[in-house]
Amino acid sequence: MLEVRELRKEFQPLSGQPVVALGSVSFRVESGQFVSIVGPSGCGKSTLLQCIAGLSRPSAGRVLLHGREVTGPPEGLILLFQEYNKSLMAWRSVLRNVRFGLENRAGMSRVEMDAEARRYIELVGLKGFEAHYPWELSGGMQQRVAIARALVRRPEVMLMDEPFGSLDALTRIELEDALLRLWESLRATILFVTHDIEEAVYLSDRAYVLSCRPAQVIEEIEVKLERPRNQLTTREDPRFIQARRHIFELISKEMAKG
Amino acid sequence: MSHLWGSRWSGFGFLLLLVLVWEAAGRYGWIHKLFFPPATKILASFFQIVASGEVLGHVGVSLWRAGLGYGLAALVAITLGVLMGYWRVAYESLEVVVELLRAVPPPAIIPVAIVFLGIGDQMKVFIILFSCAFPILVNTMDGVRSVDPVLVRTARTFGLRQGALLWKVVLPAASPFIMTGLRIALAIALILVVISEMVGATSGIGYFILDSQRSFRIPQMYAGMLVLALLGYTLNRGFLLVDARLMAWHKGLTARQR
Repeated sequence: MLEVRELRKEFQPLSGQPVVALGSVSFRVESGQFVSIVGPSGCGKSTLLQCIAGLSRPSAGRVLLHGREVTGPPEGLILLFQEYNKSLMAWRSVLRNVRFGLENRAGMSRVEMDAEARRYIELVGLKGFEAHYPWELSGGMQQRVAIARALVRRPEVMLMDEPFGSLDALTRIELEDALLRLWESLRATILFVTHDIEEAVYLSDRAYVLSCRPAQVIEEIEVKLERPRNQLTTREDPRFIQARRHIFELISKEMAKG
Repeated sequence: MSHLWGSRWSGFGFLLLLVLVWEAAGRYGWIHKLFFPPATKILASFFQIVASGEVLGHVGVSLWRAGLGYGLAALVAITLGVLMGYWRVAYESLEVVVELLRAVPPPAIIPVAIVFLGIGDQMKVFIILFSCAFPILVNTMDGVRSVDPVLVRTARTFGLRQGALLWKVVLPAASPFIMTGLRIALAIALILVVISEMVGATSGIGYFILDSQRSFRIPQMYAGMLVLALLGYTLNRGFLLVDARLMAWHKGLTARQR
């Protein structure tokens, strides 16, 4: 349902040759799937997401959502950033931040929006923090607010740009599991960008490995691990270890190429 | 706040000492018998002009002019500042003009304003508008330019288009800067209303002070200055109160970051 076809993105620096961030990227994401994109840092993963989210126009190629070309931010698709401290509105309480996810839509009264926002705040485990400001919360909690704000809109597709990249290891584990639970209960489609190979394998049904700049998909990996996943048993599963090893080798080879 | 109160008591103590020295200087003619009357005489004059209501009318007229000029300046400057901060084209085409006009000390435009607008209220309001506009404009522009791109992209992914984006995201994010501009402009409004009322006027607190001097009512001249001091102090306190309420989030946020 989300299809990326031969996407290319060039940037023209102030002087010199254009930089090709995305060479020719193609892949598909089926409805309800959890798909990861893994690649060496600086390979253009964020650029890719911005193009899919309609925030940046590709130089060539197309992004299709339900067969319709994406030319601007599409309804039903939300991009969630790593920098929760910048993406949340510091002047709004947690409740009003989450409500923001619904405000720009017709047909809901403020009371209904607040009720819905409260429900999602509870879902992400922040009940009791509705009146707090984001900057009063820890990093992990702030990212939970951002996730609630995105999910309250019931997006069909949620793009996540290294959402847990700046969190400490334990908080990260906690949020990975929280995200999986939410995804399973809400049946959204998630496209998750990360440079953490284990994270990609642990979370996904499928992972696409990107090459160095100019990025293109070098391999598609099906992750055949049962759900619900478990931080201990899943990560000890031989198939997990094998998938991790395979992706690691691919990326090391890429990085060696420079 | 406790240490603030402590310093305030000693502050009042020092003020009292100054008043006592002033009283003695006036009484014994240390400076000038006629031009430097004792504090008690000034205070008596102050109570007399307040009680008779004579000065209140002038204060009212001044406040009206300053308020109108200030309000219009805020309206024009915030609008322009947002445009210039947000759209590169607007910034690039207006920046030079703004920098040049801003460099003109406001009293220097009084002669021009008189030529076009006469010596009535229009001229005074215009002078105040002109001089208040720049600090608000420049601060608004800086504020808008400092809004994080991640925040703007987040808003766009939630489907906000230009108008809503500016109103619900850019303006509140820039509001601490705008408040700084408004606060600087408040002091300027008071300065310029007095200056403009000293150039061809028959009402206003500036006129009142000048007229007292010209008719050798020296204690009354000082009393007028006392009125201005109290007025400026009250306005600033009032502004700070409003600021503390509206910008509570920003004070909390910056306190956290420190």
